[in-house]
Amino acid sequence: MPKLFSGAEIVFKCLEDQKVEHIFGYPGGAVLPIYDELKNHPTIKHILVRHEQGAGHAAEGYARSTGKPGVVLVTSGPGATNVVTALTDAYMDSVPLVCISGQVPTHLIGTDAFQECDTTGITRPCTKHNWLVKDINDLPRIMHEAFEVATTGRPGPVLVDIPKDIQFAKAKYFKPKKEKKLNGKVLNKFNQKEIDQLVDLMKKASKPVFYTGGGVINSGPKASELLRELVALTGFPITSTLQGLGAYPGDDNQFLGMLGMHGTYEANNAMHDCDLLINIGARFDDRITGKIDEFSPKSKKVHIDIDPSSINKIVKVDLAIVGDVSDVIKSTTKTLKKKNLNLEKSNKQKISKWWQQIQKWRTKQSLNFINSDKIIKPQHAVQRLYELTKNQDTYITTEVGQHQMWAAQHYKFNKPNRWMTSGGLGTMGYGLPAAIGVQVAHPKKLVVDIAGEASILMTMQEISTAVQYNLPVKIFILNNQYMGMVRQWQELLHEKNYSESYSEALPDFVKLAEAYGCVGIRAEKPDELDEKIEEMISIDRPVIFDCHVDQAENCYPMIPSGKPHNQMLLGPKDQEENRITGKGKSLV
Amino acid sequence: MVKSKSAYSTPSKLGKIDTHIIVVWVDNEASVLSRVVGLFSGRGYNIESLAVAEVDQKNNLSRITIVTTGTPQVIEQIVLQLKKLVPVHKVGNFKREDKKIIFKEMALLKIVANSSKIKKALNACKKYNPVILDKTNKSAVIQITALRREVDSVTKNLKPFGLVSASRTGAVAMTRGAEIFN
Repeated sequence: MPKLFSGAEIVFKCLEDQKVEHIFGYPGGAVLPIYDELKNHPTIKHILVRHEQGAGHAAEGYARSTGKPGVVLVTSGPGATNVVTALTDAYMDSVPLVCISGQVPTHLIGTDAFQECDTTGITRPCTKHNWLVKDINDLPRIMHEAFEVATTGRPGPVLVDIPKDIQFAKAKYFKPKKEKKLNGKVLNKFNQKEIDQLVDLMKKASKPVFYTGGGVINSGPKASELLRELVALTGFPITSTLQGLGAYPGDDNQFLGMLGMHGTYEANNAMHDCDLLINIGARFDDRITGKIDEFSPKSKKVHIDIDPSSINKIVKVDLAIVGDVSDVIKSTTKTLKKKNLNLEKSNKQKISKWWQQIQKWRTKQSLNFINSDKIIKPQHAVQRLYELTKNQDTYITTEVGQHQMWAAQHYKFNKPNRWMTSGGLGTMGYGLPAAIGVQVAHPKKLVVDIAGEASILMTMQEISTAVQYNLPVKIFILNNQYMGMVRQWQELLHEKNYSESYSEALPDFVKLAEAYGCVGIRAEKPDELDEKIEEMISIDRPVIFDCHVDQAENCYPMIPSGKPHNQMLLGPKDQEENRITGKGKSLV
Repeated sequence: MVKSKSAYSTPSKLGKIDTHIIVVWVDNEASVLSRVVGLFSGRGYNIESLAVAEVDQKNNLSRITIVTTGTPQVIEQIVLQLKKLVPVHKVGNFKREDKKIIFKEMALLKIVANSSKIKKALNACKKYNPVILDKTNKSAVIQITALRREVDSVTKNLKPFGLVSASRTGAVAMTRGAEIFN
């Protein structure tokens, strides 16, 4: 007779077979059998967080920086509801997560039992799929399927809800089967005809641009290499979304910088004026497109994406290629090489005028700001952080707001998986737990959370996790005492009525750091910045760096509401002429 | 007022709105209906009617028929989003005007009236295969099968003849001829 295992044992056997090394979680009544089993599985390390949202974001950071799925373990009721923000965040940004939640015993489901909630009901719209395990014999299959769903196609979060009696019940265990097809959900069947059409469009184009996104990162490090080869081969300019940063070197001459609401002048104008737009693994998010009716009006549009529902969702495209980014790029490069050996040169001549135009836009230097020797400008702080950390393999996470945009603008990424930020959902409080997840995966690397003082307070408790596991994350707070992005919008749209965007009673972050048992550093003057950043880097413990920056600084360039895509707001001087009028005010 | 040129999606001109019948083959498992319906409500799609039942006991498959309205772009999204759901096997999409497809819904109509009115009522729905399921000297329950708008008009016409209650299914669909949907 085959050996029978308890539900809790089966959970761990599955995790072992899925090669899981770390799980992020928080115990509670309904998951105690699983926690009891933890001690028997030394290859799996559990990281105890301080709040379940932190577990979710830490797993996201872990997943984004490694390409492996992040695993979360929480209890029923509040444990599950607390992780909902992180699941939604992962769903929006296509991060593979497997969340295991405890549930009250099956006979109590539906009775409003202690710490009961309809977990699968609540998480249904924010996961790719979820399961309530009602029969112990289904558990091994469901656990393996959960990993399969989370990691294949367009990645995303899944949740497995396991009632407590199922954790005790016994059943046979079996290893994952390879042949299981998810009702044909994995789509990677583009054909050569489509690639030929793409190559044909590329040959004809005189103002082409690549617009790449998080799909390139999700497709694995190989995709970034292939992308670099393709871009070099074609000589085309390339711009990236927030999530795609790092797929192409940020300091390369063909890179126009990030596009979108706070993207560079040259990137947005190139998108507007181009005659061929090649979208690789991006999804025409509204922060990118602006007003759809006036988005890139003169271009032929190509969309390469693994998710068929992303195609024609927002922007109608002329050529859609459904497939894995690296496979599509590989075929394209192969076809380019086969068809026309001199394409590199002929293309460059053909698009030289386009490059001249781009150079003209570049002279605007849209990321410029007026520096000061009295007060630290936030952009300057990010630039200095970049200069002082670029020589080592640094991982950057962020919270959400002005600091996030400044980080995206001024920190140049050269490798994929080095940039973890909450783009789709825009979750304040993402950065610190994400940094913890990154540091768990890469213990020897420098991990910096570029933060704002308002965001960091949302998940501040996780610094305690960092201290417990000796994770030397660096929390680099650009402290302006405002919810900066809210303040900026109020300044531009609501007649400087700074309603509730100022934090009156902030903690002393240096003392707070000491209270948590880590190191606090404060910088208030530009001339002490470098020295203190270097001090921060040299400390092999968690550090909270409280960088006091200009309170009034706004994030530019910006596509303001009520303005077309190619009319950007470039800086304080431009503002008077470009006031936002009328209906634009009501739009978020 | 100045025309808004927002950098954000302002509702642009709506395309032509058509009625479509979406047929979804799903694993008959717990909460599958809620996944399908939740997708519609969560993404702001419309449901005019919905019919669902298990059609294949052996393979545990249910067939969901949803009547919905939307622009061509929205309909395309509905189909693609449905296909992404894990328990969904295949999705059929038919325009209501499509001549190759039969759509029918069934209604049960209760008439409380004297026998002459009941006779008139029966007469009023004779085009729609009326079947008397229950009859007393003061009442009758009539079953009809028809298109949605036909049932609409029948229920309206039967009011004077003593219609007190109408219960109807959503539309179900089937292709004509030997063709089957893949």
